[in-house]
Amino acid sequence: MTGISDSTDEAQIIASILAGDTRLFHDLIRPHERSVYAMALSLLHNEADAEDAAQEAFLKAFHNLAHFRGESKFSTWLISITLNEARSRLRSKKNMKMESLDEPPESQGTITPALLRDWREIPSEALERHEIRAMLQQAITDLPLIYREVFLLRDVEELSVNQSAEALGISIASVKVRLHRARIMLQKKLVPQLQRVNPKRRWFSWS
Amino acid sequence: MVIECKHVWEHISGYLDGALSPEVLDQVQKHLEHCEICSAILDSTRNILILTADERVFELPLGFSERLHARLEAEIRGITPAPSDTE
Repeated sequence: MTGISDSTDEAQIIASILAGDTRLFHDLIRPHERSVYAMALSLLHNEADAEDAAQEAFLKAFHNLAHFRGESKFSTWLISITLNEARSRLRSKKNMKMESLDEPPESQGTITPALLRDWREIPSEALERHEIRAMLQQAITDLPLIYREVFLLRDVEELSVNQSAEALGISIASVKVRLHRARIMLQKKLVPQLQRVNPKRRWFSWS
Repeated sequence: MVIECKHVWEHISGYLDGALSPEVLDQVQKHLEHCEICSAILDSTRNILILTADERVFELPLGFSERLHARLEAEIRGITPAPSDTE
């Protein structure tokens, strides 16, 4: 999350790099390593491919830094580069296993969420447990690609709806529809799993 | 106007983003006041979004930073800045 002062710092660092102080590029990208890797991993499903794609994305960012206009945030620009890098790798792997960019067939109509009567909140501390992190990762990577991309940009990388639409080359309306489906799909999948593992959940009443 | 659960589900995402029109928002809120199922769906979805946005979900592999910066270092050293005419 970049505040105003951070983005001013970022603009200054970028100017210095372009003026020749290229070593500052290391500092520029340090805060973004995790988000670039997360994006690559969720799209490519494989740690080695994801690391390679992430490295490639950073190298492309370095070589194309002069083209960064500062109209968007540096993080947004970097995520777009990562998305494109991962997408081109997915395309070149199409002989092995092609993930369709079309709407999955079941996607017309309403997706029914997991129905429940009350929800005991899962606190963020639960993420200390490997089991919970793995469950969330798996649920995200299992989303069909068109939903996964939107979800990652919007809810993991925290781009705006407009920025997500621009990065994906789709309309704002499509972003909203896909995002909605992605969120409901995750709710449907994760609610039963999380209810099972939430250790604080106890039934005191049988009525 | 009273709306059914099914219609509320279609607005969950918009509700969480604060993107509903005032009329729809009002209908959804009225429904939520008396429907524990839709309230639980909404709470659980919100909770899941908070968890999935947490940076701990996707951890960097061991040595990721070191390998990345070594590769960048090699690349940066290989290319002394020669803007525009090398591209």
